[in-house]
Amino acid sequence: MRSFICLILLALTTTAQAEDWLQFRGTSSPGVVQGPELPESFDQIAWTAELDGRGSSSPIIVGDKVIVTGCEGPRQDRLTVTCFAEGDGKQLWKREFWATGRTVCHEKMSVATPTPASDGERIFAYYSSNDVACLDLEGNLLWYRGLTYDFPNVSNSLGMSSSVIVKDGTVVCMAENDTQSMTFGLNAADGTTKWQLDRPRGANWTSPIAWPGEESIVLLQSSKGVTAVEPATGKTVWEYLDGAATIPSLTAVNGLVIVPSHGLTALKPGVSDTTVPEIVWQASQLSPATPSPVVTDKFAYVINGAGVLSCGDLSDGKRVWQCRMSGKFSATPLVSGDRLYAINEQGNAQVVKLTPDGGEVLNSHEFGETVLATPSAADGAIYVRSDNHLWKIK
Amino acid sequence: MLSLRFAVRLTLIMLIAGLTAPQFAAADVRDDITAVLKVDHQAENIDSARKGVERLQASDVDALLPILSGLEKANPLAANYLRNAFETVASRAVANGEKLPVEDLLNFVRRTKNPDIARRLAFEWIRKVEPQQAEELVPNFLGDPSAELRREAVARLLKEAEQMEAGNPGRQSRYLQALSGASDDDQVKKIVAALKDLGVEVNVQEHYGFLNTWHLIGPFDNRDKKGFDVVYPPEKEVKLEAEYEGQLGPVRWQQIQTDDPYGLLNIATDFGPYKGAVVYAYSEFESEYDQPVELRLATPNAWKIWLNDELVFEREEYHRGTFFDQYRVPARLKSGKNKILIKVLQNEQEDSWAQVYQIQFRICQPNGMALQPAGKE
Repeated sequence: MRSFICLILLALTTTAQAEDWLQFRGTSSPGVVQGPELPESFDQIAWTAELDGRGSSSPIIVGDKVIVTGCEGPRQDRLTVTCFAEGDGKQLWKREFWATGRTVCHEKMSVATPTPASDGERIFAYYSSNDVACLDLEGNLLWYRGLTYDFPNVSNSLGMSSSVIVKDGTVVCMAENDTQSMTFGLNAADGTTKWQLDRPRGANWTSPIAWPGEESIVLLQSSKGVTAVEPATGKTVWEYLDGAATIPSLTAVNGLVIVPSHGLTALKPGVSDTTVPEIVWQASQLSPATPSPVVTDKFAYVINGAGVLSCGDLSDGKRVWQCRMSGKFSATPLVSGDRLYAINEQGNAQVVKLTPDGGEVLNSHEFGETVLATPSAADGAIYVRSDNHLWKIK
Repeated sequence: MLSLRFAVRLTLIMLIAGLTAPQFAAADVRDDITAVLKVDHQAENIDSARKGVERLQASDVDALLPILSGLEKANPLAANYLRNAFETVASRAVANGEKLPVEDLLNFVRRTKNPDIARRLAFEWIRKVEPQQAEELVPNFLGDPSAELRREAVARLLKEAEQMEAGNPGRQSRYLQALSGASDDDQVKKIVAALKDLGVEVNVQEHYGFLNTWHLIGPFDNRDKKGFDVVYPPEKEVKLEAEYEGQLGPVRWQQIQTDDPYGLLNIATDFGPYKGAVVYAYSEFESEYDQPVELRLATPNAWKIWLNDELVFEREEYHRGTFFDQYRVPARLKSGKNKILIKVLQNEQEDSWAQVYQIQFRICQPNGMALQPAGKE
């Protein structure tokens, strides 16, 4: 009987972890919601919580906690991590830090643009100032690093937005810019540097992803292309050097890496020469603007600068259909089942029905505030944040 | 049943332990703070800091004042460890219904020799638990060394002025008072606009301490962005009467004065819209004392700064925007004449927004307040 209860508890725990949303665009397949389907519209607001200061990072959801980063003060140099109860939106704790790096940025951005990550036990909060705070789930600081404090020319006057990921005990922090361009692999357990890479000089706002296959690989995108590195060592496994965008980020599905490069480019790891990936297709008609592409096992979805949603066939990259949405978008949409959830910069949230033949805007909701942050999802709920509010929709 | 001798011994041990426990605890807190203070660049002593902060987080409210005091010797990394320990202890105490040592915190804030960031942190927690007492402190912050605390006093005066009826002479005096403590540009802009409506012109250049008189020389070659590390003659010596071979022919120093309210020196329009070019800007500043300052620069162009012939910072970034106080470089002025040389580089981008070639520069106190040259009130 005891074993049976343990099994049930284990199953419940596993389920809870599977539904967490631990990083920018989610834990498993970027932007694609694996758990229960999301609500039919954004109107179903379960709770609203107040936020202070500014921030365009996504919320992350760890168990029954929703974690949001922000920045406060006239120079945005007060960095915050706030934890809310997933059930009722009550603030559980808030911790603040003093930025150790530069906090200037374009007025549209904020210092809290990078999304934090979690390994389920710890939170890794990352900011445009290249400060990294590691906290436990109760808000206790475990370690703190200042990457610009260490390397004073690691910064970008427009601000930096690369989100952080954690893979196999390594926290990967991209801090790539025009001057001293670097990416760091920090030990999640103690904050020490496992490796640091000199990266192509050039402003880069993209975020890394973990390769979803069996190999332990992290993919870094830059204006030069894509570099696949081992998270434990930072050693390069393969490289694609035909250039890539510096705002929308790559994704991976079905053994393919889908990169915003020449529109979209699908790569798969090389077989004869494992240091060079194979180009499966390139689709110039699928060119994402600021939002990153979202790719299911059959289709790739991109939003261009005019708010037009394009759907491409994942097998050959051919554009299948287009659907005009309303407004300009910064946030990457979510796909859940046969619906796509997109929020434009004016805070107009639209649900699009996806079919193989076309897309149709089913409904929309006005949040009434600027929304630049990519929404998150867990356990059938959507989490949306603006500078001033965090909403749970369920 | 306990024997009498054992009971007496136990009582004595408990008494001694009771008397010495706080001292032991205080010593432990000091040790833990010392452990945190060791953390430095590139994770040096991070293990010590991690262990120290973990123990501090478990402390009781008696640790709050020592933690605040510990901030005096903290580098920016250690400061964040201590801040988290303070917040963790204070939030737990508040959640458990314990009293924070408000009177001690008030005294800590009042003592302006305490570190600015520590005083601000103490103020924020007073405000959380005793908001009325916190608000009573605010009017005294107008001339405070802490920019964040000054901001509170300026905001209070602005609010008072805005609530007064038009024509009330108190409005003007409130705005002028507020200006005396304002160093955040959002507040300064509000005050300057309000005073202008009241017929009072503010010399913004002087308020911020922008340097407005410069000697410029150039262009030297920066085609293909190759000039950043080329040592052109002005980097070896500044001789204002000298002539050198430049990118387009002989070049000489020219004096240019800017009357822009924000001290903007527009090289493209006032000197030349050079592309792929290096221009040097030279100025001097008389300091009454040897003192710590911040050099605050704004430019969308690549740059290097030398203070008294010593390179203090450089950055090779082109056209990623320009913002007030974009770069803050800590430096130290010597008593008397200080020489400032800035190498300003323009690339060859053709975009309309990439034609900007300019600098804005001021020397200020580390807290952002203007530093007037010696001999000027």
